[in-house]
Amino acid sequence: MQAVVVDHISKCYSDKVPALKSVSFAVNQGEIFGLVGPDGAGKTSLFNIMTTLLFADEGSVTLLDMDVECDYKKVRAVIGYLPGVFSLYPDLTVEENLKFFATMYKSSLTENMPIIKPIWKQLTPFKTRKAGKLSGGMKQKLALCCALIHKPEILFLDEPTTGVDPVSRKEFWDILKTIQKQKITVIVSTPYMDEATRCDRIALIQEGEIIKIDSPEKIVKGFEGSLYSIRVKRIFDTLKVMEKCPIECIFYPYGEYVHAVFYDKNEVTIPIRFADFMKDNNMEYSDMKKITPSIEDCFIELMERRKSE
Amino acid sequence: MHELTKKFGDFIAVDHITFQVKKGEIFGFLGANGAGKTTAMKMMCGLLRPSSGIATIAGYDLKTQSKQIKKRIGYMSQKFSLYNDLSVTENMQLYGTIYGVKPAALQVRIRESLKDLGMEKYADKLVGAIPLGWKQKLAFATALLHKPDIVFLDEPTSGVDPIVRREFWDRIYKTASTGVTIFVTTHYMDEAEYCERICIMSNGKVMMIGTPTQIKTDIGVDSIEAVFSKFVKR
Repeated sequence: MQAVVVDHISKCYSDKVPALKSVSFAVNQGEIFGLVGPDGAGKTSLFNIMTTLLFADEGSVTLLDMDVECDYKKVRAVIGYLPGVFSLYPDLTVEENLKFFATMYKSSLTENMPIIKPIWKQLTPFKTRKAGKLSGGMKQKLALCCALIHKPEILFLDEPTTGVDPVSRKEFWDILKTIQKQKITVIVSTPYMDEATRCDRIALIQEGEIIKIDSPEKIVKGFEGSLYSIRVKRIFDTLKVMEKCPIECIFYPYGEYVHAVFYDKNEVTIPIRFADFMKDNNMEYSDMKKITPSIEDCFIELMERRKSE
Repeated sequence: MHELTKKFGDFIAVDHITFQVKKGEIFGFLGANGAGKTTAMKMMCGLLRPSSGIATIAGYDLKTQSKQIKKRIGYMSQKFSLYNDLSVTENMQLYGTIYGVKPAALQVRIRESLKDLGMEKYADKLVGAIPLGWKQKLAFATALLHKPDIVFLDEPTSGVDPIVRREFWDRIYKTASTGVTIFVTTHYMDEAEYCERICIMSNGKVMMIGTPTQIKTDIGVDSIEAVFSKFVKR
């Protein structure tokens, strides 16, 4: 069964460019579905529409066969929402916050404790501390507990890891996997491309449009062109020179390497022709090898191709 | 920076940190949330008084000459720091004037800077109406209007798309090549690789300083992410 069906949703705020342009997708029950895209792509607008907080101009959203506009009250009872901004009460204690949300949803701390137990355990030492005095990571774990305490069937997480360091980010995704095991559907957004691989399926979103929906593996498989990583000494200087490369390609810095996507049909001779070009321009490089693209490579490639089309 | 320390009550946010950054260097500052990066940066900008230790920024003493320091540095915070309801030009005029750039010179610099960014067509647009990627580039250019010796960038690329993120780093390189020192924090580990040297902080202390290659070799791993995980494991 499909937990969420988004059907041709459009949204435009006054006099500005459209925030969402006819967005459609469906999320299966029990899936972790990722909305991956930069700030301003329309992720938060979409979340607000899916969670009954904002009306779309056009299109419809159905959650578990309920329309988010007509059946908004019933919808609210079965969803949990962790917004992008911290929205708990800073002057209530950790336990008071959780109790408050449980009561709002006509539940109690004990009723659904098993669901949040693994996360709650980490918070127990701070039970009596004011929520406003928690560290960033702990605040977020508390917010997650509050979004789960009424045992929602669908959990919405808007950029839960933005601005969070890489180690805490990994930890958070491990938690999401345990939530998924409780048969809760998870819809999560992130600007970090590397997190996409932790989702069952992802939608790449840019400027209010979905540019690709698939499993991370399939998106990587569908990569067009051949991707090479090349080690160079002075990355940004080398890139200037590479602009003159006669082989049809795009290239960009990628950590300590330059990544180059070649579109040339005659693949076998690419490394040789590239070597000639670099030699003619007195540029040194080493370790040129063909590699499997990451989601970030896929995103860049898709966007560059859209730009040129 | 020598033994620079900041205490808040019993809590030591920055614990005797010592390092030097060369003129024109791109220096990356990494660490988990709460490692003390922002506190250290605020002290260097003269916004927070150190509890102990000494520091010289752009040749001025942090304790006695913080006024002069503020004139010689630029700062771009992780949250977007321009005014959404002012136009692009108005924002630049405001910041340039605050930093004491003479009106005639400021006009010229704003024009040059917008041309360089390819943002002339946005000149009279409200900042609130332009895309995030452009805003970040604009905030960077604005922080450079008074031609500072050092510019501090606190997570300048958070949430920005992968292409704009790379364009931003291209600008960082261009700026550094004119002799401006760049001090930058980031949560993107690939960006750590673009820095000439990086400093990893944990619990207020400096854990490692060196070029990305040096650090990876010393620890015996092949990515900065692995180095990072090692120091931040709880």
